[in-house]
Amino acid sequence: MSINRRQFLRRAGIVTALGLSGSVAVTGLRGKIVEAAAEAGYKTSSQALNAKHWAMVVDMSKFKTEDDFKKVAQSCVSIHNIPDFGNPKDEIKWIWEDDYEHTFSGGDNEYLTDSFKELPFVVMCNHCENPPCVKACPTGATFKKPDGIVDMDYHRCIGCRFCMGACPFGARSFNYRDPRPFIKKIDPDFPTRTPGVVEKCTFCVERLAKGQMPACVEASNGGLIFGDLDDPNSEVRKIVSTKYTIRRKTELGTQPSVYYLVGGGDHA
Amino acid sequence: MYKGGKIITSLIIFVAFLTFPFFYNMGKANAGPDNLVANTKITANLQCVESTEYMKANHMQLLNQWRQAYVRDGQTEYTNSQGKTFDVNLNTCIECHATGATSHAVGLSNPAVKNVGVSNSSVNTSDQFCVSCHNYASVEPTCWSCHSGPGEATK
Amino acid sequence: MLEKALTGSKKYWAWIIFLLLVIAVGFMAYLRQFSYGLGLTGMSRDVSWGLYIAQFTFLVGVAASAVMLVTPYYLHDFKKFGKMVIFGEFLAVSAVIMCILFIFVDVGQPMRILNVLLYPQLHSVMFYDMCVLCGYLAINIVVGWTSLGAERKGIPTPKWVKPLIYLSVPWAFSIHTVTAFLYAGLPGRHFWLTAIMAARFLASAFAAGPSLLIILLLIVRKVSDFDPDPPGVGAIQSLVKIIRYAMIANVFFYICEVFTAFYSNVPDEMAAFKYVFVGLDGHTSLVPFMWTATFLAFLGIGLLVFPTRKNKVLLPIALLSIFFANWIDKGVVLIIAGFVPNSFGRVTEYFPTSNEISIVLGVYAIGFLLLTVLYKVAISVREEKAQ
Repeated sequence: MSINRRQFLRRAGIVTALGLSGSVAVTGLRGKIVEAAAEAGYKTSSQALNAKHWAMVVDMSKFKTEDDFKKVAQSCVSIHNIPDFGNPKDEIKWIWEDDYEHTFSGGDNEYLTDSFKELPFVVMCNHCENPPCVKACPTGATFKKPDGIVDMDYHRCIGCRFCMGACPFGARSFNYRDPRPFIKKIDPDFPTRTPGVVEKCTFCVERLAKGQMPACVEASNGGLIFGDLDDPNSEVRKIVSTKYTIRRKTELGTQPSVYYLVGGGDHA
Repeated sequence: MYKGGKIITSLIIFVAFLTFPFFYNMGKANAGPDNLVANTKITANLQCVESTEYMKANHMQLLNQWRQAYVRDGQTEYTNSQGKTFDVNLNTCIECHATGATSHAVGLSNPAVKNVGVSNSSVNTSDQFCVSCHNYASVEPTCWSCHSGPGEATK
Repeated sequence: MLEKALTGSKKYWAWIIFLLLVIAVGFMAYLRQFSYGLGLTGMSRDVSWGLYIAQFTFLVGVAASAVMLVTPYYLHDFKKFGKMVIFGEFLAVSAVIMCILFIFVDVGQPMRILNVLLYPQLHSVMFYDMCVLCGYLAINIVVGWTSLGAERKGIPTPKWVKPLIYLSVPWAFSIHTVTAFLYAGLPGRHFWLTAIMAARFLASAFAAGPSLLIILLLIVRKVSDFDPDPPGVGAIQSLVKIIRYAMIANVFFYICEVFTAFYSNVPDEMAAFKYVFVGLDGHTSLVPFMWTATFLAFLGIGLLVFPTRKNKVLLPIALLSIFFANWIDKGVVLIIAGFVPNSFGRVTEYFPTSNEISIVLGVYAIGFLLLTVLYKVAISVREEKAQ
């Protein structure tokens, strides 16, 4: 055989291409779905809660002590299978609390009253109107829904953590290790997550779909008010348009949807 | 052939590597899906989401469509070709396709952690519905690394 | 031509085997990380990008620096660079492959990485980064291999290579600009939120990349019969001019950043600079790195500005200083300091783990292996032609 390398590679390439296309031609393109389900359809549940712009108001007058906050956090942790790794490095948290100085930009004011300095501000994903995390995500694993919620698709996330860099609020956590051994009690009605994906608060989309309020809202005993900011009759709209509320880092233009009710009437 | 000895030897070694999986698993393959009815928790609601024929050919595509609909489009109800409505949820499947005793159990960890005490880790010894066919077809879907499935399927 | 990499001296094979060992160790370390998760690294909820992404950022710059040879030679007929261009292109190939590998080892679900192409998001800078990097890799492989092959046969390069070469010039600028945009567009990270991030990236790339290239060429001169800069041509000194001004520009840009941060006295602007130069809230782990980089930068510039640059001993020292100053700045400090302080104004420090460092070294070894093989091919072709 006096065939040189280039001829050999060329012939091998042609045979491979013929073989591949031949097998496709013979067996037909796979993935043709049997059209039995032609009339099948998908729809949202009639019980689902709908909105144009879900928002939350944190009524600071109702959060005075650690305990006010603990039951709120616990409700989220238990139904969402959030693990407790016991160290801040791998920590995963969807809703937690921090003080005024650290939660808000320009929050350092040495003459602030001590009681205000120690108030536990409940923080979570702000479900911004212009979310920088959604802009950053290269696969669309985090995406903004028409109802305003910034949702997570754990199936598509590649774990690049660009969204974590983009979020100005530190709302996102990454699964640096397998969470399952660290979940106190797995709730079988909600998936856990695998190592290698980013997660965060999703305003309980799964509960809203069934007509229920987010778990933290229910557990907060009036401390967290949830509703459609676009609806002029909703409680959140009424509060935001009549009382004094603040949001985190508004100078960045992300338009957060979580408002903190700190002023007006008998508040804070 | 120029350097024929080396080439032939390397080719033999290469073919040996290529066919290694076949020889390693020879005699270990299971008999195929059986006891499917016994491994299903028969309830009053005997009907599956779609016909058996359809599900045999398309259950993966249907699950993908369900996933897209629920997670990304927010649609939680599926109306099948007969007009019956189901909840778009893995639980809808697990209600029936779970061996009687344990309908729901705490799942085990990521499949990256190999089974302990099983000589051939790709053979799942569970008797759960999904497993009997998946073993035979050598398919390892990763659903249970996140979703809580019926007890043994997650091993 | 690849068979030329299969023959070599004992030293050559010793080097190859050493690299393979480092790769093997890195690979085992990666398997551990793959099964446990990225928790085996020093990254945390607050510092979510670490050494891997930092090396990626630095190496994109090294890859882009090939343009500093291509532009004068092809666009301005600067024939002095003629013998060096192929080495620049091969360095670019090796650097881009290392970039891709660093992304691969950093990502939490590497098996899903094709999702970036399956579900493209046109608003995401990372999507464009993947596209331009892969494109640049393809261009350099094709251009380098084809022109070397033509040279070996003694025929002129095929005509279709020219447009690709012209394309590689703006493309090189784009890969590093897009990488800079990854950081410069994030509203919450004040250390990165600066308009001159891309300019800084390019200036430091055009200083660090060619510095590494000259060091490699000096090694090529030593270990082979081929001289990429024969006496009298002065190619290396010309490239040194480029490095000198690029590094001066880089340091100037940095001084501009420091001025804006501290003269404006805005806390968010100053915080990260304080962290790297003097420490923040008692956390000082990056301070020694930053001052070493500063010292090396000025040392390098000084040695290149004064006639000492012609000195056979001082030139490599100057180039290594510039290379490591830039490596520390981009490959150690920039990424980590971007996360300090975190979104709540607190400092979380980052310390890479030994497993993480093994993987980093393994990827570098893969890059050096590729570089060695490609350079060996180029050198062997030229040595052959010279006979």
